[in-house]
Amino acid sequence: MTEYRSYPYDVLVIGAGGAGLRAAIEAAATGVKVGVVCKSLLGKAHTVMAEGGVAAALANVDDRDNWRVHFADTMRGGQYLNNWRMAELHAKEAPDRVRELEAWGALFDRTKDGRILQRNFGGHRYPRLAHVGDRTGLEMIRTLQDHGIHSGMEVHMECTVLSLLLDGGRVAGAFGYDREKGHFMMWPAKAVVLATGGIGRAFKITSNSWEYTGDGDALAYRAGAELLDMEFVQFHPTGMVWPISVRGILVTEGVRGEGGVLRNSDGKRFMFDDIPDLYKEQTADTEDEGWRYTMGDKNARRPPELLTRDHVARCINREVKAGRGTPHGGVFLDIAWIKKHIKNAPEHIKRKLPSMYHQFKELAGIDITKEAMEVGPTTHYMMGGIRVDGDSQMSTVPGLFAAGEVAAGLHGANRLGGNSLSDLLVFGQRAGRFAAEFAKQNGAAAIDEAQAEAAAAASLAPFEHGAAGENPYQIQYDLQDSMQDLVGIVRMEDEMQRALGAIDALRTRAARVGIGGNRQYNNGWHTAMDLDNMLLVSEAITRAALLRKESRGAQFREDYPGKDPEWGKYNIVARRGADGEMLVEKRAIQPMPGELKAVIEEMK
Amino acid sequence: MADRAMFRIWRGDASGGKHQDYTTPVDEGMVVLDAVHRIQARQAPDMAVRWNCKAGKCGSCSAEINGVPKLMCMTRLSDLNLDMPVILEPMHAFPSIRDLVTDVSWNFRVKKTIKKFRPRAPDAPDGTWRMQQADVERVQEFRKCIECFLCQDVCHVLREHHKHDEFIGPRFLVYAAALEMHPLDVEDRVTDLKDKHSIGYCNITTCCRQVCPEFITITENAIIPLKERVVDRYFDPLKQLLNIL
Ligand SMILES: Cc1cc2nc3c(=O)[nH]c(=O)nc-3n(C[C@H](O)[C@H](O)[C@H](O)COP(=O)(O)OP(=O)(O)OC[C@H]3O[C@@H](n4cnc5c(N)ncnc54)[C@H](O)[C@@H]3O)c2cc1C
Ligand code: SF4
Ligand code: SF4
Ligand code: FES
Repeated sequence: MTEYRSYPYDVLVIGAGGAGLRAAIEAAATGVKVGVVCKSLLGKAHTVMAEGGVAAALANVDDRDNWRVHFADTMRGGQYLNNWRMAELHAKEAPDRVRELEAWGALFDRTKDGRILQRNFGGHRYPRLAHVGDRTGLEMIRTLQDHGIHSGMEVHMECTVLSLLLDGGRVAGAFGYDREKGHFMMWPAKAVVLATGGIGRAFKITSNSWEYTGDGDALAYRAGAELLDMEFVQFHPTGMVWPISVRGILVTEGVRGEGGVLRNSDGKRFMFDDIPDLYKEQTADTEDEGWRYTMGDKNARRPPELLTRDHVARCINREVKAGRGTPHGGVFLDIAWIKKHIKNAPEHIKRKLPSMYHQFKELAGIDITKEAMEVGPTTHYMMGGIRVDGDSQMSTVPGLFAAGEVAAGLHGANRLGGNSLSDLLVFGQRAGRFAAEFAKQNGAAAIDEAQAEAAAAASLAPFEHGAAGENPYQIQYDLQDSMQDLVGIVRMEDEMQRALGAIDALRTRAARVGIGGNRQYNNGWHTAMDLDNMLLVSEAITRAALLRKESRGAQFREDYPGKDPEWGKYNIVARRGADGEMLVEKRAIQPMPGELKAVIEEMK
Repeated sequence: MADRAMFRIWRGDASGGKHQDYTTPVDEGMVVLDAVHRIQARQAPDMAVRWNCKAGKCGSCSAEINGVPKLMCMTRLSDLNLDMPVILEPMHAFPSIRDLVTDVSWNFRVKKTIKKFRPRAPDAPDGTWRMQQADVERVQEFRKCIECFLCQDVCHVLREHHKHDEFIGPRFLVYAAALEMHPLDVEDRVTDLKDKHSIGYCNITTCCRQVCPEFITITENAIIPLKERVVDRYFDPLKQLLNIL
């Protein structure tokens, strides 16, 4: 008999990033009892690392902006695979969600007339990102955290959820352990919100932390939920490439928003060479026009450096492969050049991009006000994830909700920068509201001890294998190598088939993973617990990418380099079959209502 | 740079522990956290260490490197003398959990005791507020805090005198300053600062400011102005006279 402590709630929120905290605040406000569980300390979730800003059509800087433009931009960026209902709600509700943060104490940078300042970002037609220098995520998570701790929620920090508990088809709570002591914990709940973030640790070069092992996707999948759009992994065009040890760490798009340009080793601004048809109308023809856009000239169009991330990442990849890369295998990102145009450029750069300045100075010994940075693509964001209802955020499992990066739909085939932080707020709020409603309408679910028992036994296997078993870190590294090489920015049928073979082999090794020591804050054990989730998510990504025989958004297939209009009618869904095998299938996209179609036509 | 380095890492838990030596290959550009990860992956899989962002943004990887409180992810090996073992220890001002990880939960409890943000009613026509950049900048400095608690670690009131039950420490004086100087906030925390949070214990040694990885001017910009507010209210003879009248 396993010993565990039990903490019952009406609503259990798994994850304390922007989405989880926003959901918990909303649910607690309705008077239900709310618990929050997170793997790290409070305030350290990924959201803290977000830099550039939060997208909302506040129209503070350009009064031509409104929800319809934001909606159309989001759909265009997602290549029309988005859940249009989510894109609509997101565009309409983001402004209120951002203003609400201000009422809770957030201090965004200001316009001259004292309102929230907004900056340019890729794929957004007008300056739309509310920001605080380049530490917007910190401002956001701290605001939610400081507001949240007074809202009645209980927080279990440094606890990992291992599995969801079910009562028939419905969710009944969660089971896991606390990382500090290694004790088992149970959280019975009437409704559960998954807000566990992304999957970036499945790849070698990534901007993501150890937390991003796809736990939420895997927990939901095992509970019977469907995963959507798993082939769409965003590779951010600008990660650091040198020194090796910081490879992958993000360089915010805000650098380009503030006028930073990309050059190859010939000094050429190669982004002018290849502008996709979908964006020809909106993109500057000359360097001069691009600069005027940066300076706020409403008649100028945006520079090609601000095209969508999927495209910019591929262009960089092409330059490097063609031998026009930098010494360490990237391209140059230059913000120092703006001194040609503005006085006090170094001061300006330090004020607008303080943490980039600091990051390069400390980690690479480079002064970005004087020299160009070397950058290259890095695994950044998961567009795919748990399939949810657009309004309520409930998955196909009754009582199980999902919000934030772990949920899918809003971003389609490619996310626009800044649309994640707003996603967290809009859909975190909705998930919290609907989860509380669900909890009020449904009584407590029955707890099946055997489920907890099974999860506990599985989690202790690595100690039985002991230090002589497979090294958990090594399995993780090997998976990261496979995914990076075989299912990365450029994909091919035979490589992805090899990846499936590699995943299988790693699964066999993972079954023998071993660890010494005890359960108290044992990082090796924690890493071992993440492996199954990473393998599951990697398999879903690979199978979905194999099935989609076209190139669109973040998915680029060398063997099918063109966009296929037929594929534009489908999403791909992964779910567990009756015998535990993974089923991957096409699912037709629901037709868009006439009024939304009209908006898209109007904005073309 | 040398191609190997020795790290003398404190291993143990609340019941005690000792330093253990690990030699590991090192490369150009590596930071201390990279070396710890390498040791963890190859030699000590169960070693406990906290980290998240690896870029100085989350404040998780605080430790004492050769006795100096620092972020492990922002300390480059090239800035250390690798001819000698690099000594890595957990923060001393907090109870040990294991190896480099300490129990910092006290900080989260302290924060809850500080009165929360209370804005004045919105006064712009659109139901929000207007604030000038110049007015928010002062507070933005404090809001850069990544809650690494290195300042708490170094403050003698906590580290040597263990006044955790009375004194909130520099991190939360910065937090209180951010609230008190927030252009919209109308709450009054001055009495609490004096009585409940014991700001008087701080004797402006500036140790906290010197370790802050975000370069927040903790003492001059946050603590001293708060102390002035307390003095103004409680120790200014003229004001006291006025209060009596
Ligand atoms: C460097 C960087 C910069 C970015 N910049 C921007 C930007 O400028 N604008 C923008 O819009 N987006 C940006 N993004 C993306 C955005 O920050 C993330 O997508 C977003 O913060 C995710 O928030 P979330 O609430 O979904 O999850 P997170 O903030 O990642 O929170 C996940 C939570 O789930 C918990 N968790 C996970 N698994 C478990 C488990 N098994 N048990 C218990 N708890 C668990 C974690 O501990 C954590 O608390 C950036 C991302 C990165 C990495
Ligand atoms: S200045 Fe005050 S708060 Fe800072 S370390 Fe010294 S005594 Fe502590
Ligand atoms: S004030 Fe500075 S040293 Fe103290 S917790 Fe914040 S960032 Fe860390
Ligand atoms: S890991 Fe985030 S500050 Fe060091």
